[in-house]
Formats: sequence, C-alpha cells, structure tokens
Amino acid sequence: MSTSTAFALLANGTCLPWSEVPESSLAEFLQATRSELDRGGRLCSWFGVPDGDAVRLVSIVGFDADNTLAAARSAPIRGGYPALTLTHPQAHLFERELWEQHGIVPEGHPWLKPVRRIAGDAPANGEFFRVDGREVHEVAVGPIHAGVIEPGHFRFQCAGEEVLHLEIALGYQHRGAERALPGGPHRTTMFQMETVAGDTTMGHATAYATVLEALAGTEAPLRAQWLRAVALELERLANHTGDIGALAGDVAFLPTMSACGKIRGDFLNLTAIICGNRFSRGIVRPGGCGYDLDPDRSSRLFEKLAAALKDVEQAATWFWDAASVRGRFENVGTVHASQGAEIGLVGVAARACGLVRDVRFDHPTGWHRFGQVPVAVWPGGDVFARARVRSLEIQRSGQFLKEQLLAPPEGEIFSELPPATPDALAVALVEGWRGEVCHVALTDSAGKFRRYKITDPSFHNWTGLALALRGTAVSDFPICNKSFNLSYCGHDL
Amino acid sequence: MNVILETVLRLAGWLLIAPLLPGIINKVKAWVAGRRGPPVLQLYYDLARLWRKGVVLSTLASPGFIAGPAIAWVAVLCAAQLLPLGPAGAALSFRGDVLLLIYLLATARFCTAWAALETGSAFEGMGTAREVSYAVLAEAAMITAVLSLSVHTGSVTLVTMLAPAAGAGAVLLGAGLFVVLLAENCRVPFDDPNTHLELTMIHEVMVLDHSGPPFAAILHGASMKLLLFALLLTEAVLPVGELSPVAAAGALAGGVLAVTVGVGLVESLLARFAFRRVPLLLTMAFLLCLFALLVAWKGGEA
Repeated sequence: MSTSTAFALLANGTCLPWSEVPESSLAEFLQATRSELDRGGRLCSWFGVPDGDAVRLVSIVGFDADNTLAAARSAPIRGGYPALTLTHPQAHLFERELWEQHGIVPEGHPWLKPVRRIAGDAPANGEFFRVDGREVHEVAVGPIHAGVIEPGHFRFQCAGEEVLHLEIALGYQHRGAERALPGGPHRTTMFQMETVAGDTTMGHATAYATVLEALAGTEAPLRAQWLRAVALELERLANHTGDIGALAGDVAFLPTMSACGKIRGDFLNLTAIICGNRFSRGIVRPGGCGYDLDPDRSSRLFEKLAAALKDVEQAATWFWDAASVRGRFENVGTVHASQGAEIGLVGVAARACGLVRDVRFDHPTGWHRFGQVPVAVWPGGDVFARARVRSLEIQRSGQFLKEQLLAPPEGEIFSELPPATPDALAVALVEGWRGEVCHVALTDSAGKFRRYKITDPSFHNWTGLALALRGTAVSDFPICNKSFNLSYCGHDL
Repeated sequence: MNVILETVLRLAGWLLIAPLLPGIINKVKAWVAGRRGPPVLQLYYDLARLWRKGVVLSTLASPGFIAGPAIAWVAVLCAAQLLPLGPAGAALSFRGDVLLLIYLLATARFCTAWAALETGSAFEGMGTAREVSYAVLAEAAMITAVLSLSVHTGSVTLVTMLAPAAGAGAVLLGAGLFVVLLAENCRVPFDDPNTHLELTMIHEVMVLDHSGPPFAAILHGASMKLLLFALLLTEAVLPVGELSPVAAAGALAGGVLAVTVGVGLVESLLARFAFRRVPLLLTMAFLLCLFALLVAWKGGEA
C-alpha cells in the first residue's frame, strides 16, 4: 500500500488521533497528495481546519482497490498555494470551496468562483463562461423551474440545438448546515443530518452516526447495523424507481411513468412500516436505531416488498422493450470512463461509465461487512447506462433485502455511546442511493466538533452533468439531468 | 335569413365542439395508464377560467404579442369554414379554395411565431426555430396530400376533392395525413403537450409568456386546428360527400372520434422522438403522400 509517509491509513468508519495524522510542510503535503491521486487514489474530501489566523489543509484520499482510506494534513498556511486542479480536475470544486470558506487562494485555479456564497438575496454567481460567435446563443434556465424542483441556475452556450458549454451555478439552497456543526454535536444535529439532503436521509444519518460511534471507539449493535442496511436499500429502491419513472416521463413514455410513480410510493410505504414515516426519519440514532423491526412487521414488509419488486420489474420491462425509449437514451449525454475518473465521479454516474466504485463493496462498514450487494456496472456512460445501472441496482438491492429480512441478527437495537475521543479525526463513507456520502469529523480537546465536513455525492457529480451536455442537443438536457438526478441542497449544504 | 342561420350554426359548432377533442385524448391516455384522468370537459373549464383572468404583458412586447394569437385564431376559424362537412358542403366554396386553406393555416403559424418572438425570450426563440423548421417538412407533406386528392378528382375545390374516397391510395394518404396531424398539432412523438420541461418544448414554449384571454384564444385555436385536421383526414379517406346526411354525420363523428382515440393511444404507448429524428418521420409522411399521389396519377390512367 501507501509508501508515502505523508499519509496515515485508516479504514472506513474508524478514527485516528489527530496527532497521528502526519503533518508535513505545504510543498510536501501537496506533492504527496498529487502522487497518491496519480496512483489511483480518489479525493474523497479536501478542506481547511482553522488554526489561529492560519489554516491547515486536510486531504482524505480513498484507495478503492485496497479498501482503505488515507489522511494527511499540512502545516498551518496563509495566503495561497499552487492549485491541485491544474493536474487533478477532481479537486476543482473542493479548492473553490476552500477559497470561499477560508480565503486560501489556489493559485492558477482556472475557474475560481464562489461555490455557494450569498451576495444579497441570491448566490454570488460571478461571471459565466461565454462562447463568442455570431451563431452562438445563450440560454439561461432557472433558478426557478417549471416543475416543483429545487432551485439551480443553468447557463448554456448553444450553437443551434447543440450545447457547446454548460455552466451550473448553485448555492440557492445554502442553509449553513456545515457551519452549524463546530462545537457540536448539538441537540438538533441528528435531525439536521437527516435533512442534509432530504432524499438521502439514510445515507447522511448513517454516516453521521458512524462518525460519532467511531469517535466513541465503539460500534452500533449488530441488529442496528442490519436495520440501517435494510433501510438504506429501501431508500435506494424508492429513489431509483422514482428516477426510472421520471426518465420515462421526460420522453413522454406514459406506461412506465405512471407505474413507477405508484411503485415508488409503495417502497416509501415500506420504510413507513419500520419508522412510521416515509422518509426514514428517526431510524438512525447515534449508538443504534430509534426503532426496531418486530417479526410481525418484518414479515409484512417482506410480503409487500416482494409484490412491489414484481411490479417494478414489469414496469422496467415495458421501458427496456420500447425501441422508442432506447432510441432516446442511447449515445445521449455520454461521459467517458476516463473523464469520469478524472473528475472523480461517484455512485450511479460512475458505475454507468464502467468504473467499479461502490462504497458498500470498496469500503464496507456496518452490516455490509457481512452481507454483500453485487456492484452493478454498465459501460457506455450515456443516459441509457445510467438508467440501466439503476434498473440493475433495483434487482440486486431487492434480492439483498429478501435475503436479509429472512435472517435478522438478534440482540439490542441501541446502546448508549461513551463520550467522544478528544482530538481525533473520524471518517465515514456510506453508499447513499446517489453515491458516496462522506462525513469527516475532527474533535477538539473537549471531544466536541472542531471541524465537520460533509461531502454529498452531488458535490462530485454536478461536473459530470456539465460534461455530459457537451455536444448534446439542448433538448436532451432534461433526460441528462434526470439521469444524474443530483441534489441541490446536498451540494449547497 | 337561412344563410345567416346556417353560418351562425356552423361557427357555433366549430367553436363549441372543438375543445372536446383534447379532453377525449386525455381520457384515453388516463384510461390506458389506469388513472381516472381529468374530466372530458376540462378544456372548457380552463377556457372559462382563462377568459376571466387578467393579462400580463411584457414591457418589451409590441401590440403584436396580442394581435398574433388573435389573428391566428381568426385564421384557423376561417380555414375551418372552407372545409366541407359531407353533403352539407362548406360555408364558403370556390375554385382553388384549397390553396386558401393551406395559406390560412400558414398565416396562423406565422402569427403564433411572431407573437412568440415579441418577448425576446431565448426559450421562445428556440421553440419558434423548431416549429418553423419542422413546418417546412410538414407543409410539404400536406401539399402533396392535397395534390394527390386534386389529381384523383381532377378538381381544386375542396367540396369536390373531398367528396369521394381517395381510391387506391387511401391507406397511404390516411397514414401520411395522420403523421402530419400529429406534427401540426404538436402531439407525441413530435412534441409533448404535457411536459413542463421548457428546453424540450416546441409549441408550449412559444406560448409560455401568454396569459388570460389571449392564451385562451391560443388553446381554443389549437383545439379547432386538431378538429380541422381530424375532419380533413376522415373526409380524405371516406366517401363522406356521397353518403346520405345521416350516414355522413355518423361517418364524420365516428372518423373524428377514431382519430382522436388514435392520437391518445399513440401518446400512451410511444415515447417522444429526439429532435434529430423528427425530420425522418416527416419525410416519411411526405413519401407516403407522394406515393398516394403517384397511385392517384398512374391509377387514373390505367
């Protein structure tokens, strides 16, 4: 594994004393990060930790093939440093964020703009990239859209129907979720974590609870880990089904659209069997789960799950059998595997480029160490591949759930957490339905949060959408967008 | 006196029956999807609601923003008066009226496009560009279809042209005209009347900034255009002009209903085409009409 002494290795869902995270000079730190990324590492997180009036940079790199993570920090710095983005584009949004949050300038960054800073009533979008030419026209879409969806601004440079460039400006949903955390955990933190991205409640809540458990030097009881895994897959089923229905709706294919809209509700109702609400609120609590699943409800869940899976299989068959649907999806919005690797795609979007990236497989924690879900990969990188991966994951998650529900572990569902380790760094990755949810916590000498960093999969993947649109017809934007289905609030925090 | 009464009845018929068609289409779609769907009379309620509403006007728009929809509505209504209704004939008929029909429909399109460009919105410009590019191909098919009817009957008057069946080429002509109907009325697979995605719209995006009574006129004009095309298709294929009045009325009603249900089924079972494939389908419609023309021409000699 890593031969670099600038990085310390740790497993997903564990913690490391802050003093054991190697500190190197800025130049060495940057050099080490570059060489780890060159060797196939993936930038999971990159942020600053204020130290007086200076800032330490922290880099968390994931080695998927080796099932391990690596952490490093720099000596306190002021001013700027040569940007990583120039050689490693996957860092570009992290570096813009670092500049916005701490004023550290990544020198030479090709597109240094605010990520989510608010100026007045709206985000400070800055200047948009413009393509010159008499034939070029600019189309501005949003932040208010025609459907009931979240706000975001899309700026297209088009020549006729063809998109030459798309720039995405977000930040309209910025709520200060990350800024509220230092000094925590507060009494409200668990509830805020469940709503970092409302459709990824299980993803973010599990990551947060795992971080706290790692900091306390313990784990949730096995039965709680099992229930979390079950609820995580139910969340995946509901969202993937909804996405397939929405994709069908965007190409006006009514049979699958109507059916999937209803079946998504069925899957959400399964979550309600566990916790009484359809969006997994209250399932995850640091130290275990807030609800248990008694055998009665478990068998009811199993029956309804089997029925819903049969329905979704039928709806998907209509979808894949329709030549008119395949004609709309094939070779539209392609992101090549090399591009995907370069910009650090995660989750469904990455697997649809043929990249094998799945936290449940690469960095298993919790119940995923005992029960495996096969990774669903499809080459191609187009809308078709992204829909196909979703369809495959519905099958595999369904199979996983059927197996797991029949063999629940016995025991406690909750145990009180001991106090958190002071001065420690904990990392938790969870494969939410969109992709990798990354939470990193650093505690102070009292065991309270000194810095907490949340990275939603959308943060990595919005760039993928912008790339997918290059050379695509502007009228195909909605299906490209839907095939990624990224979160605005997860990005804006 | 009789002429006035007849004209009033005809106008009332067109104005009152037309909004029924989109309602039927939506009912068919809902039925296929297993939903209850909106009431068949929904468009009537919508028109009444829009009529009571105020109008929001862009400060950039010239009076053409209002005049466009108004002229387009009048043009479609006039075109409808040229269309014979079986043995009852047309309100107005003269040699070459078929050309006026085509030009009135083109005028309606021009005025809608003009009004769309008035606000200077990028969306509406995009929609207009799409609409007029596809219209070039749809009109070619339409003119060829009319030409084949004209060759078949040796006449350029709609009453004579539409009276007999289209002969051997009827199936070709019917298929070609059905595709033209779908394209001209912005239905799936060309356009999606239900979409909320402004970037994929054609007709819907052109009328995005319209509100209140002008928007009601646009919606009502669209439903009249659909009825016009459905009638034209029925009369081109069936020998409606040679039937007794009762049978003709039945054939017309049945034909329009069949076309409307057909549109609903197409929308229920087919995904929308990508824009780059739309010209292929329209070219196919043109070819179907062209072969109908060849059949009418050569078949007449044999």
